[in-house]
Amino acid sequence: MKQLSYTITCKEGLHARPADAFVKYAQTLPCDILLEKGGKQADAKRLLAVMGLNVMQGEEIVLYFRGVGESGAMSAMESYLKTHL
Amino acid sequence: MLRYQGSRVFGGYAIAPALVLQRAVKEASRAHIDDAEAECARFRAAREKAAKELADLRERTLKEMDDELARIFDVHHSMLFDADFEESVLDIIHAERVNAEYAVLVTGERYADEFASMDNAYMQARAADIADISNRVIRILRGETETHLLETTSPVILVAKDLTPSEIVRLDTAHVLAIVTRYGSLNSHAAILAGSKGIPMVIGVDYDDDIDGKTCIVDAYGALLIVGPDDATLGEYKEKKEKDEENTSLLLALKGKDNITKDGHRIDIFCNIGGEKDVADAIKNDAGGIGLFRSEYLYLRSADYPSEEEQFQAYKTVAQRMEGKKVVIRTLDIGADKRVDYFSLRPEHNPALGYRAVRICLDRPEILKVQLRAILRASAFGNIDVMYPMITSIWEVQQLKNIFEDVKSDLSDEHIAFSDKVAQGVMIETPAAVLISELLAQEVDFFSIGTNDLTQYLLASDRQNPMLERFFDPHHPAVLKAIRMVTENAHRYRKRVGICGELAADTLLTEYFLSLHVDELSVTPSRVLAVRDAVRKTDLSK
Repeated sequence: MKQLSYTITCKEGLHARPADAFVKYAQTLPCDILLEKGGKQADAKRLLAVMGLNVMQGEEIVLYFRGVGESGAMSAMESYLKTHL
Repeated sequence: MLRYQGSRVFGGYAIAPALVLQRAVKEASRAHIDDAEAECARFRAAREKAAKELADLRERTLKEMDDELARIFDVHHSMLFDADFEESVLDIIHAERVNAEYAVLVTGERYADEFASMDNAYMQARAADIADISNRVIRILRGETETHLLETTSPVILVAKDLTPSEIVRLDTAHVLAIVTRYGSLNSHAAILAGSKGIPMVIGVDYDDDIDGKTCIVDAYGALLIVGPDDATLGEYKEKKEKDEENTSLLLALKGKDNITKDGHRIDIFCNIGGEKDVADAIKNDAGGIGLFRSEYLYLRSADYPSEEEQFQAYKTVAQRMEGKKVVIRTLDIGADKRVDYFSLRPEHNPALGYRAVRICLDRPEILKVQLRAILRASAFGNIDVMYPMITSIWEVQQLKNIFEDVKSDLSDEHIAFSDKVAQGVMIETPAAVLISELLAQEVDFFSIGTNDLTQYLLASDRQNPMLERFFDPHHPAVLKAIRMVTENAHRYRKRVGICGELAADTLLTEYFLSLHVDELSVTPSRVLAVRDAVRKTDLSK
């Protein structure tokens, strides 16, 4: 399992459109990805669950990657987050 | 004649009969079913049809608006096909042996409630998106097609409890002159889409249902609905509407053009704003920056001192929305006619000459420090300067600068980010400041001449006393000479000088200000283009 922490900088946080784009990107990655914020977890490939975490600007999220291709998935996600969120 | 106050989504005027939208109440009723698998298949088929409708809406939004807005319907599509949403619907069908309509209704309500209860206005507004998609699926399950929201061939003001994003996209803008809703949120996709379609819209209006068919005025700038206006009001608003339309055509012609005279002199035209709510107007009118961000509203609207965080969010929002353009925040100008209970100020015989603005801050620096911390923190997110009002002496400026340095070093110690480029300026609005402007220019980075107070103090004429109207002359030679003195003194030390206050927007004086080489005029948003027009018609070489 791989683990990645990131602080959201985009001003709208993970609300509708950014969350949708994030989830769609996660869906392209082969392994399981869990998104955690403040002790609550959600499947990063499910939009309503991700939106349910109510992630705002300045908040830290932790992503857990598990399964085939987890290392590659983590580095891909890291660059996605830095560019978009 | 009745007036109703709401909140503004998008400014504009409209005069037309109200059309109150009556939606047939169609509750998705619960019905027992025998074949759960068949019911699940019905759900999936309805979902496919819904996806097609969303694709059409996306296409239409892309064509009429832009890709960013079209993505709202991508989000709807993703919600519709969300695995948790699907699991919930299928579980309910299987477990309770109920019809798909009911299962979708319950699932939709559950998610809508979850979003509505979040402590974040953005997320709360997503409840409306969930409702939009579940209503869509339920309608399709019933075998009904998406009907037009209203059948009208004459102009109307559309009045509804609430509207969904897809209803806004499908609105016929030729006939819907404005929208008024009882519920809704400024963060909703419906609001964003209405603004982008250019439809004046006011939300949160507690209208009476019997207004249907009555002549109404929507003043979306003032977030006002007027029902059954009398002739005088009608005349007043017809004129306002005409002026607004004139300004709109000016806007189209002058947007994106330089503020430059025929012979090549440039001047900045910035905006005065009184809160985050005015930023959209400033941007729409092509402001080069914010020359005066009055911060008093943060103090006036609350029952206690606004927190650093609350202020920080407000300043940051404005700085970010201006995207690197200059934002000059004026520190609190409480006192005089702006009184706040929690400041516990004593009543005064002569408040205009009284205990106000920096005079309070210098006695109670802890209040100013909170504001300066918020301003500095926000400076990491944009191009912010700070400006002090009501200055009469050099020592005041020196003390303010010391406080500013203290706050900066506190932030550094706490490892909190801020920009080191925040300039400090002063308002020139007292005769004393004019007369010592040469000294002030050596202390600060810029001046902004506040002509309203300056005129009142120079001419010893209370600007709120109607008896003094003919004595309160903003074109008085003393005022114009003061502006010249201040500008020359600022430029002697290569400092920037702007004019805020009503005189800046007075196009009779634009040529005079240009000839003095004033660097910036800061005006109310609706005047930016009129002033630009005046600048572009000026030729100083003649």
